[in-house]
Amino acid sequence: MEQVIANGLYLGAQYALIALGLTLIFALMNVLNFAHGQMYVLGGFITYTVYGQLGLPFVLALLASGVTLAVIGALMEKFLFRTVIRRSHREESTMLLAAATAFFFDAVILLIFGEKQRGVPKIVKGVFNDAGIIMPYDRLVVGALAILFIAAFVLYMQYSRVGRAMRALAQDRVAAQLMGVRVDRYSMIGFAMGAMLAGVVGGLLVTITGVNSGIGGPISIKAFLMVMIGGAGVVGGAIAGGFILGMMESVGLTVLREYGDVTYLVIFAALMVFLSIRPNGLMGKPWG
Amino acid sequence: MTRSRNLKIASVAAFLAIVFIAVPAAISASGRIDLYYTLTSVALLSIASAGVWLTFYIGRINIGQGAYALAGGYVSAILVMNHGWSFWLTLPVAGLFCAAASVLIGLPILRLRGVYFAMVTLTLTEVARLLALALPITNGAKGIVSIPLPGALSVFGLTIIPDFATLQNSRLAFYLLAVTLMVVCFGVMYRLVHSRIGKLCQSLQQNEELASSIGVNIAYLRVIAYAVSSFFGGVAGAIFAAISQSIYPSSFTVTDSVNFMLNCFLGGLGYVFGPMLGTLVLYFGWDLLFQTGELQLLIYSGLMIVLMLVLPNGLLSLAASTRRKA
Repeated sequence: MEQVIANGLYLGAQYALIALGLTLIFALMNVLNFAHGQMYVLGGFITYTVYGQLGLPFVLALLASGVTLAVIGALMEKFLFRTVIRRSHREESTMLLAAATAFFFDAVILLIFGEKQRGVPKIVKGVFNDAGIIMPYDRLVVGALAILFIAAFVLYMQYSRVGRAMRALAQDRVAAQLMGVRVDRYSMIGFAMGAMLAGVVGGLLVTITGVNSGIGGPISIKAFLMVMIGGAGVVGGAIAGGFILGMMESVGLTVLREYGDVTYLVIFAALMVFLSIRPNGLMGKPWG
Repeated sequence: MTRSRNLKIASVAAFLAIVFIAVPAAISASGRIDLYYTLTSVALLSIASAGVWLTFYIGRINIGQGAYALAGGYVSAILVMNHGWSFWLTLPVAGLFCAAASVLIGLPILRLRGVYFAMVTLTLTEVARLLALALPITNGAKGIVSIPLPGALSVFGLTIIPDFATLQNSRLAFYLLAVTLMVVCFGVMYRLVHSRIGKLCQSLQQNEELASSIGVNIAYLRVIAYAVSSFFGGVAGAIFAAISQSIYPSSFTVTDSVNFMLNCFLGGLGYVFGPMLGTLVLYFGWDLLFQTGELQLLIYSGLMIVLMLVLPNGLLSLAASTRRKA
């Protein structure tokens, strides 16, 4: 039992970090970033190259993942999404653009890094085994780092000038603009931060699960799930959604083991029932 | 008025002549029989995309069409294999099954809007795949294989459609079947959009609360639109299962659902025939790029991004803007 909860918490921490980036981009731009999973994969491969191949320190690799993805995200916002939002009649058009960029990243990742599953050496060796819980130390480190990043992100959004501007933007774009917030600039920073979070999680998790070019899509779907549970565009919702999904996955894999591979079927079904009762998730904005 | 009417009739006649006479003639002249399969796929995918387009028309982003295509394929395959039904009977049954399922699913989820609806339909595709894997009747990951080709269809002893297995060229038969259905489907769509219901649907797209406040039954309308949409998906899936003579849980996945949506976007959301054009361009574009080997996906997605930057309102917006200028 303790083991199940520990696994759930560990999964939840990493999931919440993935969902945060997605929900940030959605809150600021009303864009559902289909390429989020691909950004995660890209971050994983960058860490794999810097830490696994070149042998540089892990922290440096993580930094490289974050910075690269932040630059990519900023460029995407400036040259792709901003243009399309301005020219299109319907804001859903950004979904086509997001899907196209997801395909594009998939192609780039496949060309540069190949289709093999890649892993890196463990960052910390050994296994924690006490009080009925067995957990490798590297998972503990990654889980702790994930929680640290989440806390840093929340504090940054809450207390920094940039964070305040972005929250204003998420609340009401026009009003924020009238109050003198430079909308274009903070949209770009927000998109860069969202992409950076995806890259950092990818870099963190490559040390445990490894990475391959095909997992981008499934990661995106999981991120969508978490955002739906918590409510789109709300930071607290993304964190709650991440931990809930992690816990459900951990419990489901234990309880439903004898029925075969049905955990995600149950989760999906439960989600549809939940959403029909609460269409905006736990904390989402009422207009969806 | 009469001029534009004549123009419309002429262009419909020209379109019918092209798809029923010119294309088969050109293919038999050039000997590229494989093109039949490509064009059949385009026709079927455009039927499914038409369904997605209809949900766009009521202001919902539908990424769940793959679920209904999969369900339609399985319904048809199971009825043919386990119960010995004729394929022609299973075709409407598959469509109706999907429509009924979509009413049940749609009643709660159509209350969702925007990205919430998009994401929930996306997970619906995954649910369908996982269900197909888990249910005993669908035979799990092994799928249902060696489904017989459609048999003869006769009414009062008169054979309307011959047995596909006895035909020399079953590809041509499937092509004609798919294209006929596509023409019917887009005819229905055109009528629907230009009818009173179509106008009401457009009011949903613009503002549901306002529409509701002046007496439009929005819950009823959107369920109807979603059911029609799913009917198209189910029929397309059923024919796909018949052509490939097999169906697997991975026959229609999230990628297919996303592609249906992209077809609509690319053709243009404001135009009934957008999904048809979008499917044709995307499918052929993908096929043509096959020669570029590993760069295929890169070029394809790159072109899609460029297209989106240049023509964010779809390919047909090009025709509309030149007309406006003229």
